[in-house]
Amino acid sequence: MKQTHTQYLIIGNSAAAVGCIEGIRSADREGTITLVASEPYHTYSRPLISYLLEDETDEQRMKYRPDDFYEKNNVTALLGKTAADLDAKQKTVTLESGETISYDKLLVATGSSPFVPPIEGLNTVDKKTTFMTLDDAHWLEKEVTKDTNVLIMGAGLIGLKCAEGLSGRARSITVVDLADRVLPSILDETGGAMMKTHLENHGIHCVLSDSVAKFEPSAAILSSGTKLPFDVLVIAVGVRPNTALVAKAGGDVRKGIATDEHCRTTLPDVYAAGDCAESLDITTGQEKVLALLPNAYMQGECAGLSMAGNDKPYDKAIPMNAIGFFGLHILTAGSYEGEALTEQAEGAYKKLVVKDGVLKGFILIGDIARAGIYTSLIKNRTPLSEVDFDLLKDHPQLMAFSKKERKEMLGGVKA
Amino acid sequence: MKKVYVNEQWCLGCHLCEYYCAFANSGMDNMVDALKDKKIYPRIQVEEGNGINFAVNCRHCDDPVCVKSCITGALQIDDGVITVDQDKCVGCYTCILACPYGAVMPAEGGKVIQKCELCLQNACGEPACVKGCPNRAIVYEER
Ligand SMILES: Cc1cc2nc3c(=O)[nH]c(=O)nc-3n(C[C@H](O)[C@H](O)[C@H](O)COP(=O)(O)OP(=O)(O)OC[C@H]3O[C@@H](n4cnc5c(N)ncnc54)[C@H](O)[C@@H]3O)c2cc1C
Repeated sequence: MKQTHTQYLIIGNSAAAVGCIEGIRSADREGTITLVASEPYHTYSRPLISYLLEDETDEQRMKYRPDDFYEKNNVTALLGKTAADLDAKQKTVTLESGETISYDKLLVATGSSPFVPPIEGLNTVDKKTTFMTLDDAHWLEKEVTKDTNVLIMGAGLIGLKCAEGLSGRARSITVVDLADRVLPSILDETGGAMMKTHLENHGIHCVLSDSVAKFEPSAAILSSGTKLPFDVLVIAVGVRPNTALVAKAGGDVRKGIATDEHCRTTLPDVYAAGDCAESLDITTGQEKVLALLPNAYMQGECAGLSMAGNDKPYDKAIPMNAIGFFGLHILTAGSYEGEALTEQAEGAYKKLVVKDGVLKGFILIGDIARAGIYTSLIKNRTPLSEVDFDLLKDHPQLMAFSKKERKEMLGGVKA
Repeated sequence: MKKVYVNEQWCLGCHLCEYYCAFANSGMDNMVDALKDKKIYPRIQVEEGNGINFAVNCRHCDDPVCVKSCITGALQIDDGVITVDQDKCVGCYTCILACPYGAVMPAEGGKVIQKCELCLQNACGEPACVKGCPNRAIVYEER
């Protein structure tokens, strides 16, 4: 079978892969780059699949990079090909199609796959999908019409984005989740209640603290006994990192692939970035999968730089979510353990969490202006004693910093 | 590269920069038609209080976290200038969550974001805020 060699090999074609390419090319214009990806498409923005359903974007505009991206960066893109096996000793990757590619440095940027829970009767449901790919969105475009009742399992980010995306197309949308609130991974009780009301006002029916016990071909029977009939089922109960290639090759895998601050795995010359890998959340000190696009890009970039011999640690990872539904925006960052300062107004909610004299996290709903000033306080672990926190509590502003720091920020004075 | 810098000690807090910015980016030829009796959406914003005033707009960072965080690829760097393709932007506000200066904001209507592009794309051709500042509290220069 055919064997080729490349200096840099990348498995995946999404945010982490693109970050890696841009990282490599900022340090090495020449080295050969080959990219292998299962999905047959030009790199696209995964989060935009729900906007595609709403007709807020189209396939051309949702491309994550311009059409000439691979050409300009001199990347051989093998799209529609799946990596089947990694041999970290021989430094080769074998594709499902049989050919083998040898590499000097490898990035695994395989992302995650939707988790499908084993529920009785699920196999009898004819029209069902997960919501992760452009193909999933196209399938829904075809199957969901004004007569369709949609049931979505999971009131997390992906399930609710799918609900919003379908809301103009379907007859009804019901979301069911075991959690007692919507967006349980990023919102507290107050924020969750506010968003639930908002979603229901826009016709999304939310069934919480309940779960599907079993399926009939066109209905879900919940643990409470409630029967929810549907025509199309969307499963969005969570994702699992795609770690198999690295695990099989003998690399350390916990929930995600274990990486250091240069995104190196425990296998020599093998890096991992994005939703398949863990990062160190500096607000909690825990290694975890931060399944978020900015994190995927920045890990990928860090890996690319390191692969090209230009080490620059990625040591500022924090969870950060920007998500909006029907015009109401939520921005959150960090973690929520600590002293909470909260404020509520009509259509707005603010929660700042302080611990050990630094800002650890926040939730902003509605009034989101200049939130990045809060985010940078978290990332930089800025002692709140060094800023005017009373001003910041009111709203994010640079006035809260010292004149000297403002000169660095706005006056171009080097620190 | 030339950027907009702030001389905080000279800022009067007059907000003229905000008006010049909104006008330059309105695409209209007449300031009165563009701004009178309208809520303006400037890309530069004056902070004021306790006798201190200063204007804040995009710093055009060398290592821009907004561009890296952009989920659509709408934010990009062109020769050091950070621009947004509003046609690609879906208004997710990840950049607003990421910018440490609070210099990215929703555009009118909230469906997309806007930010300072140094007036290089509009008819002004150089930062209108700087041209209009009566006190050299903002300047456009190399530092
Ligand atoms: C509906 C939806 C909405 C989202 N919204 C947001 C949001 O608003 N903000 C945000 O920050 N994040 C959001 N996310 C998460 C975001 O999409 C991910 O964090 C991001 O895409 C991760 O990028 P990645 O490069 O790690 O991998 P992925 O985007 O998962 O891509 C991995 C790629 O690798 C390919 N692949 C896997 N295994 C192999 C193999 N063996 N061989 C070849 N190719 C392989 C896959 O086919 C896939 O194309 C959303 C996700 C979804 C599904």
